[in-house]
Amino acid sequence: MMQLSHTWLLDENPETRFQAGAGQTYRMVRALLRNPLAVVGLVIIIGLLIVAAFAPVLAPYSPIESNLGARLLAPSADHWMGTDELGRDILSRIIHGARITLMIVLMVAVISAPIGLLVGTVAGYFGGWVDRVLMGLTDVFLSMPKLILALAFVAALGPGIENAVIAIAITAWPVYARIARAETLTFRNAEFISAIQMQGASHTRVIFRHIMPLCLSSTIVRVTLDMAGIILTAAGLGFLGLGAQPPLPEWGAMISSGRAFILDQWWVATMPGFAIVIVSLGFCLFGDGLRDVLDPRNRTR
Amino acid sequence: MKSLVLKNSSSDDVWQRRRQRSLRWLKSLGGFAATIAMTFLGLLAITFVIGRVVPIDPVLAVVGDRAPQDVYDAVRAEMGLDNPLIVQFVHYVGAVLSGDLGMAVTSQRPVAEELARVFPATLEMATLGILIGVLVGVPAGVLAAARQGSWVDQVIRVLGLAGYAIPAFWLGLVGLAFFYANLGWVGGPGRVDIFLEGLVPSVTGLLLVDSILSGDWAVFRSAWSHIILPAMILGFFSLAYIARMTRSFMLEQLSQEYVITARVKGAPERVVIWRHAFRPIRIQLVTVIGLSFAQLLEGSVMIETVFSWPGIGNYLTSALLNADMNSVLGATLVIGAVFIGVNKVSDLLYRILDPRAR
Repeated sequence: MMQLSHTWLLDENPETRFQAGAGQTYRMVRALLRNPLAVVGLVIIIGLLIVAAFAPVLAPYSPIESNLGARLLAPSADHWMGTDELGRDILSRIIHGARITLMIVLMVAVISAPIGLLVGTVAGYFGGWVDRVLMGLTDVFLSMPKLILALAFVAALGPGIENAVIAIAITAWPVYARIARAETLTFRNAEFISAIQMQGASHTRVIFRHIMPLCLSSTIVRVTLDMAGIILTAAGLGFLGLGAQPPLPEWGAMISSGRAFILDQWWVATMPGFAIVIVSLGFCLFGDGLRDVLDPRNRTR
Repeated sequence: MKSLVLKNSSSDDVWQRRRQRSLRWLKSLGGFAATIAMTFLGLLAITFVIGRVVPIDPVLAVVGDRAPQDVYDAVRAEMGLDNPLIVQFVHYVGAVLSGDLGMAVTSQRPVAEELARVFPATLEMATLGILIGVLVGVPAGVLAAARQGSWVDQVIRVLGLAGYAIPAFWLGLVGLAFFYANLGWVGGPGRVDIFLEGLVPSVTGLLLVDSILSGDWAVFRSAWSHIILPAMILGFFSLAYIARMTRSFMLEQLSQEYVITARVKGAPERVVIWRHAFRPIRIQLVTVIGLSFAQLLEGSVMIETVFSWPGIGNYLTSALLNADMNSVLGATLVIGAVFIGVNKVSDLLYRILDPRAR
């Protein structure tokens, strides 16, 4: 029977592949937990996950139903963050909005990271003209202003969450392609790659089974660091009326609807902003910590 | 005279090597120019593709949906939409290069003309923003590196994080509520108080400059009170970035041996920091400031929307809401081109200024 003990995990000579992997993860987690700011980030992210998962239980009121008798109430014991122009409880809307935010960042990551990984590893592995064409394309996208590009894409595709996700993903993948290519180049000519090739593995197999897994950690770090930017862009699109549509409680769209009351009922626009800041900060702090653990070369001083 | 001295003091061999080196440099500049051309072409391709993806049929927009098929076909041919895509693209690039961005649907005026009208407002705000960013950010970054762990250092750290986590449009709204509505320290939305609008003849399009040129101080004061808050918010984001980069460049220099030598020789700390350590990072800072300026132009889109600032960002967002695609693509093209241009120029400056990159 396997025992998940401290000594087993930190064994210098692991007996199985699983033990080595588990040990490495254990060391990483311990290093991460030694960094207080990263722990703060982690707590925020876990908080976001819990809030999103249990939104209907946690929210005291309905996020959608309006109650015109309770319009624009200031924060009080009944409504901790006040109510908006349709009498909806802002706290409840923010809690339900966590689901939308989480969905957007996950969707963007799930779409853009694999595209970037594929482009980067293929370019780095084959080299030559494949590399030049793919990286030329990547660099063109990389040198575009992201927000403007996302705006133009949403303008063409039409407003809505799905299109906002697609537009952001289109602007997000080039960074991952660059990173994956750089990683691929470092071990492209390594002996273990030649050994696999001589055993008769196809290019597809080498790329997917042996190169991509090695590029994963740096890509994950970068994705985590980019999450804050993705949240801000998505909120910006929502603010401009191009992302999530009313009555969905998307944070950016909530700020936009509170804009008309900013001078007298400040809480309508201000409260969702705090949610955005806290969540973005969480991803920033956690991403920084993750980078220090996974990639000692880029250690922040 | 100078070349004579050089020739006398060096052998032919050195001469040759020098020529080879400058030739290589010219070659790399040529490659650089090719990259810039490719990037601009890429930008054009993206706006072209976006223009083709639009669900709105441009022909229907002209003829209406009850037009007979032969009218529809004629207009379609007239607009060049029956040509192969690549031919359409070549036409598009030709039109853009000759300054033709199409007509704005809402105002029925050329998009290029409208963009030229609104661009100075953006330039004015972004320039003031980057000035704030550089004038506060660079000294703060140097100070943070010189006194690592001090309160300045902590503040820079927090600001750096805040720059990543705070939505610019939200900060703009909160700032407007606090400094304009609550405290009354600054002017509200717009470029100038409404009763002072149009009093100053437009020479440069930059209201602060124009009001000085015509000596109208009332307009200048009003314009200043309107621009200062949005410019400070833009400046905040750029100073967060500039200070963080300055700090890390300085830390790298301060750990070098020549700094220790200077200190051992008894040079005062002020001299060590500003004369010795700061000098070599100026070149790196050029790139950082260029990058920051480009980002600031992009960020001004959201800020302008919040402050109803009549610049290119506001133009873009109102065109988006009106589904005026010609205007949207024109504004995207101009902002994109300036963004790319600023980035590439700072890259080029780096290559010229840094003897190692040469």
